[in-house]
Amino acid sequence: MITKRRTPYLFLLPYLVLFTVFIIIPTAMAIGLSFTNYNAVQAPQFVGLTNYINLLTQDTIFLQYVLPNTILFSLVVGPVGYMLAFFLAWSLSQLTKLPRTILALILYSPSMTMGVAMTVMWRVVFLGNQSGIANYVLTQLGIITEPIIWMLNTTYIMPIVIIVALWGSMGVGFLAMLAGLLDVNPELYEAAAIDGVRNRFQEVFYITIPSMKPQMLFGAVMSIVNAFQAGNIGVMLTGSNPTPQYAAQLMTNHIEDYGFTRYEMGYAAAVSVGLLALIYAFSFVARMLFAEKD
Amino acid sequence: MAAIGGTRVNPKKFHKNQIPFYLYLIPIAVFMGLPIVYIINHAFKPMDELFAFPPKFFVSHPSFINFQNLFQAAGTSSIPLSRYVFNSLLVTAAVVFLSVLISTMAAFALSKMHFKLKNTIFEVNNLALMFVATAVTIPRYLTISNLGILDTYLAHILPQVAMPVCLFLIKQFVDGVPNSLIEAAQLEGAGSFTVYRKIIIPLIKPAIATGAILVFQNVWNNIETSSLFTSSEGVRTLAFYMNTLSTAGTVQGQGMAAAAALIMFIPNLLLFVVMQSSVMNTMAHSGLK
Repeated sequence: MITKRRTPYLFLLPYLVLFTVFIIIPTAMAIGLSFTNYNAVQAPQFVGLTNYINLLTQDTIFLQYVLPNTILFSLVVGPVGYMLAFFLAWSLSQLTKLPRTILALILYSPSMTMGVAMTVMWRVVFLGNQSGIANYVLTQLGIITEPIIWMLNTTYIMPIVIIVALWGSMGVGFLAMLAGLLDVNPELYEAAAIDGVRNRFQEVFYITIPSMKPQMLFGAVMSIVNAFQAGNIGVMLTGSNPTPQYAAQLMTNHIEDYGFTRYEMGYAAAVSVGLLALIYAFSFVARMLFAEKD
Repeated sequence: MAAIGGTRVNPKKFHKNQIPFYLYLIPIAVFMGLPIVYIINHAFKPMDELFAFPPKFFVSHPSFINFQNLFQAAGTSSIPLSRYVFNSLLVTAAVVFLSVLISTMAAFALSKMHFKLKNTIFEVNNLALMFVATAVTIPRYLTISNLGILDTYLAHILPQVAMPVCLFLIKQFVDGVPNSLIEAAQLEGAGSFTVYRKIIIPLIKPAIATGAILVFQNVWNNIETSSLFTSSEGVRTLAFYMNTLSTAGTVQGQGMAAAAALIMFIPNLLLFVVMQSSVMNTMAHSGLK
């Protein structure tokens, strides 16, 4: 272990300087703004905890739609997306190099095309008239006679947003887990087979996952962060923020709605801090699961 | 090879026991890959097919009309297209290189060295990655404006270099490098910098490849730094320019958007293939745990 006093700071210096200037200072300013009234034009006015109190007691849209939506969305997309990402990465690791690379590229591609594909493809799929692909297919199959106006129908908006989010959840966590899987020492598997590990399940739980805990933790935290920070899917699909009757309104949409539509920057900042607290709390659970015990 | 069920991780050869994996991976891949197929097909659709009823997934009479429109529109602007391409390449290359360099250095320190603020710094880094970027937009603009780098290349590069996700990712991989290797090297007189260069870097190539893909994607597709931190067209990036063309709101706009989407997408694809096949796969089993 390296114990010289100055060395760690020398290695950290370049990162820390840029991190402080471009991330910590702006973030600290944003958190500071959460205690003010700020409309982006006049100087911020200090109002103490008013924004937070309003958020938790006055903001009926937040309490009635945004918070429940965010939690529902995150509890589905976070864990399901994570398990799916691990399962697919593990499956890919059982294949030879060429097909693995091709399939990994395809599975990862939604993360690359997210913004683009959303506007170009999913809107065409869920177009509200006969020329939408989903309506066309359902009509041809005889399931529906009238086209469904997907993006105005509050029953369908949230499920559609969840499907699209899961479809795009093979992100950097998936890549990290794939790299971690390929990096597990193969001798461990051989030793395990000799020691009486009988099936795939045992192999995955006793050998694979414990050998790649750092990557598992990274994947878990990223799933949580991405699920809670998701927001543009609903807005891009429906073409409006707020989404119709707040059916798919998530916390990031709420932040943008207040910050950039109503220019209530102070309030938007308070919602951001609330979101940070939620994400941190949930990621704590992930850290308990994958903590390194050394 | 003694392996359960006849298959193993990272096999060298095809074996019939791998077939079950293909049976579900291929249908999933078809579903996930649809947008790529769609983006490619869409880009080559002539006007009548773009607005066809019922909508067509595949193009039947491919044409370059969308690309022609795109380049024609680009030709009429005051700044040549090559300038945007150059700007994008310069900014992206600089950010990817610097980001990977400083993240690996910081990750090495955070993972393998002992010092007072170690846990605090890592914790603050993780908190930062959990904070939504939206709320930071204005404070960030103020910071960049105070530094006097508005409307320069630095306004694209510097804010994007320190990326908490990238540090977190790389640090997790450095954690997997055995301490015994580092200690052995130190016994032989290697200093910290030698350990970093000769042991850490080679063993975390998969993390570097993943981090590079991540950073590249963020920077290459970023339109925010162009729209917020610059005002003269000469320093703006290709992603921003493509976005202005395709949101122009004309009938040709949709076609140009499709063509632009394909043009912006291809570099992502190439980098992914290069990184995955050259670094990831050859480095498998390097962790001497």
